[in-house]
Amino acid sequence: MIVLIGTNITEAHPVASTFVKNAALNGAKLIVIDPRRTDMVDFADMFIQLKVGSDVALINGLMNVLITENLYDKKYVDSCTEGFEELKKKAMEYPPEKAAKISGIPADTICELARTMASIKPAMLMYTLGITEHICGVNNVMSCANLQMLLGNVGVEGGGVNPQRGQNNVQGACDMGALPNVFPGYQQVANAESRAKFEKAWNVKSLPDKPGMMMPTMMKNLATGKVKAFYVFGENLANTEPDIHHVERELQSAEFLVCQDIFPTETTRFAHVIFPAAAWSENDGTFTSSERRVNRVRTASVPPGDAKPNWWIFKELAKRFGHEWTSNSAQEIWDNEISVLAPSMAGIKYARLENDGLQWPCPSEDHPGTPTLHKGGKFTRGLGMFKAIDYIPPAEVPDKEYPMVLSTGRRLYHYHTRTQTGRCDGINDILGEETADISPTDAEAKGIEHGEKILVKSRRGKVVVKARVTKEVPQGLVWMAFHFREGCANWLTNPVYDPMTQTAEYKACAVKIEKLK
Amino acid sequence: MGDSFLLNGKETPFQQGQTILEAVKNGGVEIPTLCYLKGSTPTGACRICCVEVKGARSLVAACSTPVSPGMEVFTDTELVHRARKMNVEFLLSSGRHNCLMCESNGNCRLQDLAYFYKITKLKFPEKDEKEIYPIEDVNPFIIRDFSRCILCGRCVQACNEVVVNRAISQGYRGKKSKIVTGGDATYNDDLSECVFCGQCVQVCPVGALTEKKAKGLGRPWETQKIRTTCPYCGVGCQQWLHVKDGKIVKVTAVEDAQPNEGRLCVKGRFAYDFIYSEERLKTPLIREKNGEFRTASWDEALDLVADKFKEIIKKDGPDAIAGVSCARSINEDSYQMQKFFRAVLGTNNIDHCART
Repeated sequence: MIVLIGTNITEAHPVASTFVKNAALNGAKLIVIDPRRTDMVDFADMFIQLKVGSDVALINGLMNVLITENLYDKKYVDSCTEGFEELKKKAMEYPPEKAAKISGIPADTICELARTMASIKPAMLMYTLGITEHICGVNNVMSCANLQMLLGNVGVEGGGVNPQRGQNNVQGACDMGALPNVFPGYQQVANAESRAKFEKAWNVKSLPDKPGMMMPTMMKNLATGKVKAFYVFGENLANTEPDIHHVERELQSAEFLVCQDIFPTETTRFAHVIFPAAAWSENDGTFTSSERRVNRVRTASVPPGDAKPNWWIFKELAKRFGHEWTSNSAQEIWDNEISVLAPSMAGIKYARLENDGLQWPCPSEDHPGTPTLHKGGKFTRGLGMFKAIDYIPPAEVPDKEYPMVLSTGRRLYHYHTRTQTGRCDGINDILGEETADISPTDAEAKGIEHGEKILVKSRRGKVVVKARVTKEVPQGLVWMAFHFREGCANWLTNPVYDPMTQTAEYKACAVKIEKLK
Repeated sequence: MGDSFLLNGKETPFQQGQTILEAVKNGGVEIPTLCYLKGSTPTGACRICCVEVKGARSLVAACSTPVSPGMEVFTDTELVHRARKMNVEFLLSSGRHNCLMCESNGNCRLQDLAYFYKITKLKFPEKDEKEIYPIEDVNPFIIRDFSRCILCGRCVQACNEVVVNRAISQGYRGKKSKIVTGGDATYNDDLSECVFCGQCVQVCPVGALTEKKAKGLGRPWETQKIRTTCPYCGVGCQQWLHVKDGKIVKVTAVEDAQPNEGRLCVKGRFAYDFIYSEERLKTPLIREKNGEFRTASWDEALDLVADKFKEIIKKDGPDAIAGVSCARSINEDSYQMQKFFRAVLGTNNIDHCART
């Protein structure tokens, strides 16, 4: 069984979706939980069209049924987890009727879904940003984990809690320690032993012990003046962050902004210095995919003009501070530094990556890699920890003035802010502009025709964009992407964040739509 | 002891449920195929894989016939070769299979078979020009040349059973037969369900479906294949970059590779040429006081950034500098950037877009 929650997999991870479709056609049960009627619903046994941001309530309701009807995996819970009593207490506060009221899913359906989930093993849960891009993103993820542990589905092949990662190397950037609290391989900067190890390896007297700022805090502090210099490598923040007006004011206020990119973007307009970088296929290296698989990237072309590999640029900057870094290619950086310093990747060397790559943890050079984590219900911390979690609504909910919910994401044909796909022949011919996807009911109520330009307005901004009238979207919801500067959803989105991860609530804010006169 | 059958007189093991094609391959003998597509239901449409089975009334299609214990299979008899050659001759007359003008020259199974069977002239009259459907060249990615289509149906199987986009099917009957989409519309018509994953092109054994963007840019023997990983989403699909003179001319999926097993999406297959855009940043740029950017040497730009960072660190401390790395670029680049921030600048203010 496969459970898709908050993931429009056919558009955001198209090739992964083909394998899910294969499984469904071969008889696997498929459950789709999403506010939109996505393409995968065609293959689903059950489609649960919940209200935007109500995931925790729904999952608590499901766990209520599983516990009340004694359908959960008692053996797994007893031997592999802790915190069940607290979880049970919380779940008891969410009888199906209450969950139904919040999620919009009838209580009977919640019961049926819970029974279905308990009836088939293993079940794989897959999620994407529909789960994380909320002020309760962490709670949503933990709820998915609660549910899967309660069903005994973690640590088995074909089970698990599986995030589909959005960028080719977002997993890798995390693994490499491009995070404010960890060195490569998730070794804490606050840990003195870790610091000592990296101080020795990097030949420095001391390394900072206080975790740094997360990106939204960095940007906020550009405006306060606490951050003077900002170094943006390969990000188009002026289009990707919520509330573009606000973001641009922050970028504008940087005393010194360095951008390193392959194209001029809306963000490089604010730069003081721009470094031209080599792109994909212009240097050797590795990407790490959603399944922790380290794959090779190889050189096919030379970079244009004076563009240089990014690793070279950082090495040259370091040299100007008196640091002589010896590694002089991606392979040397990986083989001599990363794999030496990150124990979970110690067994991964370029020589072993010729074909299908390797999945970390891979602690030694004779280790075959690890496709499934927590095998046999053995968790990194020992026992799997249940967390009792309460539902909270999105930060901005519809009201009289802004009566609709805006949810955002990606479409198939473009990627993010189109810096790449917008410059590929043919892609713009297939998808040439942004649309606001609205339901036939809302279109009719406002007298809006398919393809007609409309105004979409939030408390932060407004855009004029074509209406795409579609049954994919339920009444009361507007759905938009952020591929096109004009009509970008981020003129409207709400810069409010999950308190732990500072992930922005791209999936829910309040808007109104108006027919243009 | 498992089951066995006789392959060209030699006792050969097989597993229950295997087709003759699969069992023969395990026995070390290759049977040529056209319509057979691994991972999908065999259609037995092309009859190129025909073999002789003792006791059978006629030749059988190896791809769609299960092996049974004791079955005597012959793959290399005169009868088999005569039938295969005849099938190739029929197919050669089914349209306009003129290799000189075909994008798939050198990458065509029909061409390979015609060569193998030493066919030097057409045995049957070619299909009347008027009966051939016109070329469809209106979408940006895929050219459909029906004069080269042998109706093997691999594209239909790939679309319906492999990637399950259910956009194309067999249409019409008899000599009017055609592979159609959306009730015989074009691939990019509103009626079409096509999402331009290009799986049909990947599996087309002839020149009926070809990549428009690759047209005229390089023959297979002129290009080098370089394996790499797709730069878009986090699935990590494995691609072949077909490279000529240092330039990518085409991208195809690596068959039998993990995780994508020969599949790609529209971006993985067709969105590679951004790297050749004229708009690429080609030189360091420094913003002047008037707000305009001017070009600079690497030394000047690097010195400027280093000096400014030193000045800020001196005045406000290292935590007054912050940076975000790139989730699109390689691991080694992110490693270098966090190392630069931590070991050189002395701050943990390093992050990337994972949280947004």
